[in-house]
Formats: sequence, C-alpha cells, structure tokens
Amino acid sequence: MNKIKIGIPKALLFYHYGDLWTHFFEELGCDIIISPNTNQEILDYGNKFSVDEACLAMKIYMGHIHYLLDKCDYILVPRIICLKKNEKLCTNFSALYDLVRNTFQKRIIHYNIDVGKKEDEAYAFTTMGLELGFSYRKIIKAYKIAKEKEKIMFERRLSRQKAMIANSKGLKILIASHPYNLYDDFIGKPIIRLLEENHAQIIYSDLYDEKYLEQDVSEISKRNYWTYNKKIMASIHHYQDNVDGIILITAFPCGPDSLSNEMILRKVKIPIINIVVDDSKAEAGLITRIESFIDILEERKGKHYEQENH
Amino acid sequence: MNKKIISFPHLGNYYVPISFLLKKVTSFEVKPSPPITKKTVELGSKHSPDFVCIPFKYNLGNFIETLENGANILIQAGGGCRYGYYSEVQEKILRDLGYEFEFINLIDGDHFTVKELFQTFKKLNPKLSFIKFAYYTLLTLLMIRYMDEIDQYIRNNIGFEEVENSFSELQKQMLDDFSKTRSYFGLTHKFLSYRKKFRKLKINKPKDCLKVGIIGELYTSMEPFSSFFLEKELAKMKIQVRRFTNVSYLLYQKKLHRKKMLKYIPEYCKYTIGADGMDNVYRSKYLAMEGYDGIIHIKPFGCTPEIGAIPIIRKVCEDYHMPVIFFSFDSATSDTGIKTRLEAFYDMLKERKDRL
Repeated sequence: MNKIKIGIPKALLFYHYGDLWTHFFEELGCDIIISPNTNQEILDYGNKFSVDEACLAMKIYMGHIHYLLDKCDYILVPRIICLKKNEKLCTNFSALYDLVRNTFQKRIIHYNIDVGKKEDEAYAFTTMGLELGFSYRKIIKAYKIAKEKEKIMFERRLSRQKAMIANSKGLKILIASHPYNLYDDFIGKPIIRLLEENHAQIIYSDLYDEKYLEQDVSEISKRNYWTYNKKIMASIHHYQDNVDGIILITAFPCGPDSLSNEMILRKVKIPIINIVVDDSKAEAGLITRIESFIDILEERKGKHYEQENH
Repeated sequence: MNKKIISFPHLGNYYVPISFLLKKVTSFEVKPSPPITKKTVELGSKHSPDFVCIPFKYNLGNFIETLENGANILIQAGGGCRYGYYSEVQEKILRDLGYEFEFINLIDGDHFTVKELFQTFKKLNPKLSFIKFAYYTLLTLLMIRYMDEIDQYIRNNIGFEEVENSFSELQKQMLDDFSKTRSYFGLTHKFLSYRKKFRKLKINKPKDCLKVGIIGELYTSMEPFSSFFLEKELAKMKIQVRRFTNVSYLLYQKKLHRKKMLKYIPEYCKYTIGADGMDNVYRSKYLAMEGYDGIIHIKPFGCTPEIGAIPIIRKVCEDYHMPVIFFSFDSATSDTGIKTRLEAFYDMLKERKDRL
C-alpha cells in the first residue's frame, strides 16, 4: 500500500505547531510534504487567490496551498476558534478551512479546535487520525510522543535564548510579533537580516515561558482576549527590562494587531517602533528606519554607560 | 462633584431605545453623543491607530464630541470580532488625551448574561431593583423589535413614496412617541397605530421593481452615515431593499438560526466564520434562491471576518449567477466614487432584468 501523502503549508500556524504536526505524522508513518520557504512565486499565487484586503500572512498562506495542490493527497488546514476558555484567535483562523475549501478543490484533513465546545487539541488530533484510518491506540501514542518532542525542542530554544541574554554585552533588541511573521522569508526575515548586519543581538518574542502569562499580560492590558496577542504582550513585559529596544512587526492590515499594538505602544516605556510590512517590498524605507532606530539605541546605551562611569 | 451625564456612541436610530433604557434604570441625565458629521470622523481618525476598522474611528469621534459636550460617563458594548477590544483601547486613548470620565463596559468578551448587566446598572444606580430592571429591559427589547419591524416595511417601500419625505417624517414622529412609552400595552398600541399609518401612506410601486439585498458587516449596515447613506441612494433609484442585520437579529435571532443556516449551506461552510461571516454566506444563497436581482456587500476596510467570507460569497454568487458588488468603506472613501460604482451596478441590473 502506498503511504498517505500529507501536505503542510509552511505559513501561519505551521510556525506555532509545525514540530507537533510533523512528529505526529512521522510517528503514524505518513509521508509529509512541507512547502518551501516563501518565495516570489508563492507570494504571486497568494495574491492571485486571495482578496486584496486580506493580511499579508494570509495571502502567503494561500500561495503555499497552491504550491502543495498537486503534490499530495491531503492538505492540513487547521481551523481554530479558541484555545483557552474566554479567549479567541483572529477570525481568519476560523475562516481558513472553508476559505481554502471554496478556493481550491482539494481534500482537507479535518482539524478543529474549539475549547469552548469541549473540542481540544487531543480531540482534534484524534479525529484527524481516525479520518486517515489509524487506530485509536496508535493515534494517542503518536500524539503523546509528538507532544513530548515538541516540548523538548521548545525548551532547547528557550534555554539558548536565556543564555544569550545573560552572556551577551552588545545591543539587545526584542522583536515581537506572531511567529508566522517573525520567521517568514517575506515578513520578518528581512528585518532580522538587517539587525544581524548591524550586530544587534536578537531576542524572539515567541520564545517565552508561559508560566506567568496572565500576570505579565495584566501589566499591559486587562481585557485582551486574543491568545497569540496576549503572548506577545506578556513576552514584551517579561523581556523589557533586559533589552535596549523593541521592534513590533505587523503584517498589513492585521486586525488584532491594530488594537493590541496601539495598547503596547502606549504602555511600554522603552524605545519601540512598529514596522508594518506589506507586499510592496520597499527595502530602502525599511533600511533607513531600522538603522536610525539602532543609532538611537546605541546613543542611548552610550549615555547610560557614561553616567554609570562618572 | 459635577452632575453626572451619561452618554454613548451612535448606531442609526437606536439611540432612542438605548437612551430610553438608560433614563429609566439610572438616575442620571442621558445625552446621546451629537449626531455624526464629517468632523466626528476626522476627530476619530486623528486619534485612532492607523489601520483599525472605521467603527472604531466613528465611536472614538462620538466619545470625544460628547465629552466636550459635558458627558462624564461613557458606555461601550463589545463582543464579536475586534469590537470586544475597542473599549480598553478607546479608554486609554481618551485618558491620554486628558479627559476625565467613567467608562462602563456592558459586554465583557463574548458572553454576556442578564445578571452581569444588572450588576453593571446596579453600580450606577444602587437603588435599582431587579424587577424594575427586568421590566424596562424587556420593554426596550420590545421597542427595538417593533422599530425593526417598521424599518423593514419602510425599506421595502420608501423608494416608491408619492409624497417626498412622508416616510421619514412619520418615522421621526414614531420614534418621538416611542420614547415616551411607559407600559407594554401602550407600546404595542403605538406600534399598531403607526403601522396602520405607514400602510396608509401612498406609494406607487410597480410589481416587477428591482430588488436588492444588502449584506455585510453590522456597523456599516446599521449606521447610515458610515455607508454614505447607501440605502437612501438606493431608494432614489427606486429599488426595494432587503437588509438582514438589525439589533434584534444580533441580540437573539442570530443564535436561534445558527444551526439552520449551517444546514442550508453545507457545500460552502462547515463551520462558522466569526462575527457575521457565515450568516452573510447564508444570506447570499438565500437571496439568490428568492429571486433577488443583486447583492450589495458592505464592510469597513480591513474587517477580518468579512474578508474571510468574501471569497465564499463570490463562489456562491458565481454558482447561482447572481450579480454582486463589494463596497469597502474607510474614513478616506469619497462618496462620489461610491455613487459612480452604484450607478453602474444599477444600470447593469436593469439591463439584465430587461433582457430576462
């Protein structure tokens, strides 16, 4: 029997759950096809298959789906409404399933998380496995192993970042955004590359231990209910004493970010800029903004140094 | 401390029932924010984040104007999409501007219960009894329902009135009268007599007039200023308008119909899309089946749930050969552009109808 081929688009929630998904399907013995990093062709197709006003991350996602269309049997398109009680995700994530289904004619695996209706992550993985024809036992075992592996990988990255914060003496900059913006080749990567060229140490907002999340969030906002934006807020509050500046990255025109970032900009007291990325790719403007921001930070840091020494 | 004046942002004609309820359950003076003008929008946009949706800008403009007017208690609701997070950001922006006020949030997150609502009002008016609260809340709900019913009749016929402005003048009278209501019986009586009056207004309606359905985001549907008086323009073109979204729909009908709607469109939607996304897909199929001539979809720029729904609505309209036009309103949108597009759409509909 041929192995089942499952396509996973490398965009949006892949950057949240990619490890979990790949380990799960590997454990079950499926073939996984992950789309490549975003390139110009993918972005062009994404633009073609989505509404003008959709956010950049969403357009890129549609491009990735198009890439996978003729390369696999199923595509994994998650549909998530809420991950915690009384919290929500951006409505794009609840529309994604039907959106993809209506734009492309392709089999999609059923993956639905709605904790408000008692459909949690384990439930979603079970239905997904059953749909592919595996037994309960196998699915639960695979899920447990995948979950453990995900945890180990996350902790490894987290401890690396912690060590970096403790040891490095250079300019430290926190870049705060959704993981799907941070690690995408067309949204966050150009900014990260620029920072590296200017010898800044980069701290990622998604590498944050969620233990004190509620406490950290409440310092910035009391009523925020977007799970991912809460994490960004908490991470900013957690790291703000250890960094010299913060760069907020937003994909134009992200709904939750438009309000949540306004709140952050108004509450955070250290230097911070909000960079909005769209698909026009105006590199020059970006370079100027980042370099002047770094200049400001360096001058500020130098002054602190002088004050301490005198 | 100064006299307390309570205020809230505008939403179409609903300032009548809202101020009625507030007057009855609190002991403060109630002053709806000044009517929306171009200046309101400018004020709101000036202090808003860049790409937030326009209801936020309108609401903020309303708040600033009403604070200048002397109000010191502001009320905001929530729920749905981004709307739920409006209140905290707006409060922060207004405080940063240096205003002093009390901010009250009626709906926390998506769930709101009668008990919570009662406690909020109890804070405003410690003497309030639950019976009084329940009496007036239900009375307000009934008033909203009656308003919406009359509204539906007006929308069907206002394009064909013989005496100009007869409908809108009578509607003004009715709203005035409604706000003086005391009892359920009185309200029902008023409703019935006005319904009779509306039916007596002379209209000249051809049998095969153009019929158009308006779907889309709720604020732009209900607040005429934000859609540049789209419905009025349609009435001038002698088009019968069907609109689904109104407050009674949002308050209780939506929940009751959710399962039925999902069953009606299994080939398009397996799940809800958030806010009114799935409802609009259902409506477009419904309008196509009912033999309407066209669909107008309106939304503020960047409205996330509707952006998720638009590709699906497009597919429905393709499958059922239904003309559809999408409008996206921003504070920078000009009404000339909208008029031109609307006229072109009208010409197309008319030609199509004549051909059939």
